[in-house]
Amino acid sequence: MAELIGSGILYYLTSAGLIAIGVYGFITGPEILRRILALNIISAGIFMLMIVLAYRGGANPAITTDATILVDPILHALVLTGLVVAVSTTAFALALLARAKRHADASEQP
Amino acid sequence: MSLLLFDAMLCALLLMLALSSMLSRQLVDAIILYIAFGLLMALAWARLAAPDLALAEAAIGAGLTGALCFTALARQGLHAAGPKLSRQQRFWPGLFVLIMLTGLLLSLLQLQVQSGPLPAAVATQLDNSGVSHPVTAVLLNFRSWDTFMELVVLLSALLGTLKVTPPLTQRGNWALSRSWSQLLAPIVIFLAGYVLWAGASQPGGAFQAGALLAAGAVVLRLNKQLNWLHWQNGWVRLLTVIGLLVFSLVAIVAWLLPVIPAKPVWLGWPPAVAGAIILLIETFASIAIGITLTLLVVAEPANHPAVITHQRTEEGAHG
Amino acid sequence: MNPTIELTQIGSIISTLLLITGLIFFVAGSVGMLRFPDSFSRLHAVTKADSLGLGSVIAGLMFYCNWWQNVLMLFTWLLVLASGAVSCQLLARFCKAAEKQG
Repeated sequence: MAELIGSGILYYLTSAGLIAIGVYGFITGPEILRRILALNIISAGIFMLMIVLAYRGGANPAITTDATILVDPILHALVLTGLVVAVSTTAFALALLARAKRHADASEQP
Repeated sequence: MSLLLFDAMLCALLLMLALSSMLSRQLVDAIILYIAFGLLMALAWARLAAPDLALAEAAIGAGLTGALCFTALARQGLHAAGPKLSRQQRFWPGLFVLIMLTGLLLSLLQLQVQSGPLPAAVATQLDNSGVSHPVTAVLLNFRSWDTFMELVVLLSALLGTLKVTPPLTQRGNWALSRSWSQLLAPIVIFLAGYVLWAGASQPGGAFQAGALLAAGAVVLRLNKQLNWLHWQNGWVRLLTVIGLLVFSLVAIVAWLLPVIPAKPVWLGWPPAVAGAIILLIETFASIAIGITLTLLVVAEPANHPAVITHQRTEEGAHG
Repeated sequence: MNPTIELTQIGSIISTLLLITGLIFFVAGSVGMLRFPDSFSRLHAVTKADSLGLGSVIAGLMFYCNWWQNVLMLFTWLLVLASGAVSCQLLARFCKAAEKQG
C-alpha cells in the first residue's frame, strides 16, 4: 500500500486497531452484552478497512476532501448492506440474551 | 496539515472510545461509550468521502444499536456488575491480540495497490442503470441480489427476535417527551422522503431513509404512540414483507416481459425503465426496512397469550 | 463550505471571534460535565454551555455560506436547542425519581 500516505495509512492503522480491540473485548469481556458490543466494534473496524481499500487506484484521502471523486462504489454498497445486517444480528443476539437471562432466573427461583 | 491533525485526533478518539468501552467496569458506561463511538464513526465515514455510510451509521450505529443495548440492559438490571478479571486473565488474551495485530498489519501491507476491474465496469455501465449515483446503482441494479437477500436477512432476524424475546416492561409516559416526539415525527418523515428521493443522484437511498423512519418510529413507540404498530396487526405484518413482495414481483415481471429483445436476466432491469423500477423498489423497501427495524428494537413477542388477552380486556373496557 | 465567497477583513475577524467564543463555551461545558459533583449541575453545564457554544459556532460559520445553507444551519441549531432542553428535563426527572427511590 505504498500509495496510501498520510491520512490513508492512519485510517488503515485505526481499522486494524479497532479489530484488535474488538477481539480483545470479545475474549475477555465478562458479560455477554459486552461481547456483543465487541462484535460490533470488530465489524466497525472491518467496514473502515473496506472503505479505505475503496481508495485503491483512485484518489487519496490525504489529498482531497471532494466527495465526487471516483472511489470503488461496490465496496461502499457492500458496507452499507453490512451495516444493516450487523444491526439485525445484534438485535437477534440481544433477544437471545434476554431469553437466556429469563431462563436462568426462572431456574434459580423455582 | 490541519486536515492531518483532524484525522489523527479522530483516529485517536475512535481507538480510545473503543478501548475504554471494552475495559470499563460498568456495562452502562460501556454502552454509552459505544454510542459515542458510533457517532464518531459517522464522522469518520463523512471524512472518508462515504456520506451514504455516514447517514446510515448515524441512524443505525449510534441510534438504533444504542436503543437496543439499553433495552437489553434494562432487562438485566442497570447496575449489574460483572466479575472482575485477574491480571492473568487479562494478560494472555492481550498477548494473543498483540500477535494477531502484528500479523494483521503485516498481511495488510501486502495487499494489492491496484483495484480490480469492477469500479471501471461500474463507471462504464452507469448510464444504463437508470440512476446517476454509483452506490445506488450497485445496490439496486448491478448487485440487486445482495439487497434482495439483505431484506430476507432483516425479515428472518425479526421473526427470530419475535419468537424468543420476552415481553418488554414499559414504564414512564411523560407529557413532555410525548409532545416532543410528536413534533419530531413530521420532520423525520419529510427527511426520510427527501433522502429516498435524493438517492437517485446523490448520497442517500432506501437504507438511510428506512433507518431514519425507524429512528423516528422507535421514539414515538417508546412514548406509547403509534399503537397500531405491533405484530398482532395484520397490516403491520404486510408492511414488513412488502419490500420483498414488491421486489420479487418486479423481478418476475421484468423477467417475463423483456422490453428489449435480449436474453432475459433475473433481477436485471431494462435500461429504459430502470429509474422508475428502482424508485418503486426503494420506496417500498424503505417502508419495510423502517417497520422491521422498529419492531426489532421495540419487539413484542408473537402470539403471546397474555398480551392478546390483556389487549382484548382493554378493548372491552373501552367499548 | 463555499470558498468562493470573499470575506472582508472585518467579516473574517468577527467570524473568528465568534468561532473562538463558541469553542470556549464548549470547553467550559465539557469541563463542567467532568468536574461538577452531581447530575443536576452536570446537566446544567452541558445543556446551557453547549447550546450557546453551538450557536456561536454556527453564527461564525454563517459568514462563509450562502443563504440556503444558513437557513439549514439555523434550523439545525433550533433542533439541537429544543432536543437539549427536552432531554435535560427528562434526565433531571429521572435522576429525581431515582433519588427518591434510593
